Amino acid sequence: MRPSRPFQGYLVEGRELQPLPQPIANADSQAYWSAARERRLVIRRCMTCNAYHFMPRHLCPTCWSDQLEWVDSKGTGTVHSFTIIRRASAAAFSSLVPYVLVLIDLDEGPRMMTNLLGDDSLSVAIGDPVKVAFEDRGDGSLIPQFCRSIPGETDEEA
Amino acid sequence: MKKPDSLKNKVAIVGVGESDIGRVPTMSGLGLNAQAAKRALDDAGLNVSDIDGMLTAYSFTEPYFMLGSVLSEYLGLKPRYNASMVVGGASPAVMLKHAAEAIVAGQAETILICAGENRATGQSRDAAVASLLAVGHPYFEQPYGGSIPGYYAMIANRHMHVYGTTREQMASVAVNTREHALMHPNAHMKTPLTTEQVLSAKSIADPLGMLDCCLISDAGGALIVTSAERARSLKSKPIYLQGIGEYHTHEHLMCAPSLTEFGATQSSRVAYEMAGLGPGDIDVAELYDCFTIVPIIELEELGFCKPGEGGAFFASGHAHIGGSLPVNTHGGMLSHAHAGAAGGLFGIVEAVRQLRGGLGARQVEGAEVALVHNEGGILSSHCTLILANAEG
Repeated sequence: MRPSRPFQGYLVEGRELQPLPQPIANADSQAYWSAARERRLVIRRCMTCNAYHFMPRHLCPTCWSDQLEWVDSKGTGTVHSFTIIRRASAAAFSSLVPYVLVLIDLDEGPRMMTNLLGDDSLSVAIGDPVKVAFEDRGDGSLIPQFCRSIPGETDEEA
Repeated sequence: MKKPDSLKNKVAIVGVGESDIGRVPTMSGLGLNAQAAKRALDDAGLNVSDIDGMLTAYSFTEPYFMLGSVLSEYLGLKPRYNASMVVGGASPAVMLKHAAEAIVAGQAETILICAGENRATGQSRDAAVASLLAVGHPYFEQPYGGSIPGYYAMIANRHMHVYGTTREQMASVAVNTREHALMHPNAHMKTPLTTEQVLSAKSIADPLGMLDCCLISDAGGALIVTSAERARSLKSKPIYLQGIGEYHTHEHLMCAPSLTEFGATQSSRVAYEMAGLGPGDIDVAELYDCFTIVPIIELEELGFCKPGEGGAFFASGHAHIGGSLPVNTHGGMLSHAHAGAAGGLFGIVEAVRQLRGGLGARQVEGAEVALVHNEGGILSSHCTLILANAEG
């Protein structure tokens, strides 16, 4: 299922184009955002204790080993919790309400926060299976998002 | 692990003060701090020259670098102990802990703790809401359009899913605190509130409606803390610190170990142990209530009820003045005031006043031991303290 919301920017109060924020990469996260541009969701795995973690950092938050590798996530998980945002705090998002914010438990274990996209997103429930999708934020940047996955449906994402 | 040195009976709160609260366009944020500090000093019966330590937190409306030094300068103080501490809403309780440690270590004798901001009139409402976005992770949360109510709403939804907590139970938290605020002469909110009003208020982030969310106030609060020994010679009735503990598990919600168990269990365990007391010994509790789900979770973690029973505790009236454990007798951040770190500080102010007694209709009869819990971030940083009106 493709993300249903249009790409790039949105008119806010009919006045100015307020683009959704693009990802900001730093030394910890460059590989994560580069992979996203290739429609890959990558997470960190510790080569010493084997623990996965989200939010990339210099060392493993479990054992402090600095021997880490990037691995491709399967891109599947479940909804740990969610909210439907009815009043956005950031101006760029105010024309999108209502929209869904989710905490996703990846099948590999780590938890991450994204939006839930798709026409059926507002009927989300905790425990729903989801799979990753990539939203265009302009200038070639893509950010990982999730959609509800329907069992048996083939993967349409390019 | 070595147990912390006990701070029991070592220090006392001898002065408390609140600034004018609500919409106070005639005062700056620093001015609100100063007004609260002056009232706390008068309450203690001390002179400015007695203050040799100063702790404050942070300000979004007046975001000075080195706020502790800035506020000392504004107040004309030259303290030998000074810092600005940023642990979000947990800052006031954590500041009290640091003040106690400093006094015990001889680094200062009498410390002023204050916090406050002009959040209602010092910035636009949009600016107030937008500045709080900084609590979300800049690279991995903010690009998804979250909000502080949104993060707490996800915690509420998880609690509802796991334990069956209801919106009506959460609404009862707001109604309970409003009833208490109506008995407080300085509370921001002065009109009654019904469950129906809470449930039908505009939704901000499901399941949290506008009236499940804390206020945005102009407010400052202050405490004067000194050694127990010195406290005995002062005019005010000293309220002794019996136990205090903190615990920190994350900052960003995506990194929280759990959405139903946070660090209040651990922070309170240290506080109870230091005090030699348990939940059954507490007469009144002032809990952090930035959103209605929060004191429900805190009641559970602090041992006042079992996990999942916090909602029913409020809905059945146990948290009302006259109930088995009155909670947020001043009206909390939902109805008394919320302005940055001042929100949690007012819980300490109210605990001191309850333990001194004489509050009229608002008084918890026979209150001798009070518990205060502050949390900061998204239930990220926790500090629990226990106060008593006699040396235990």
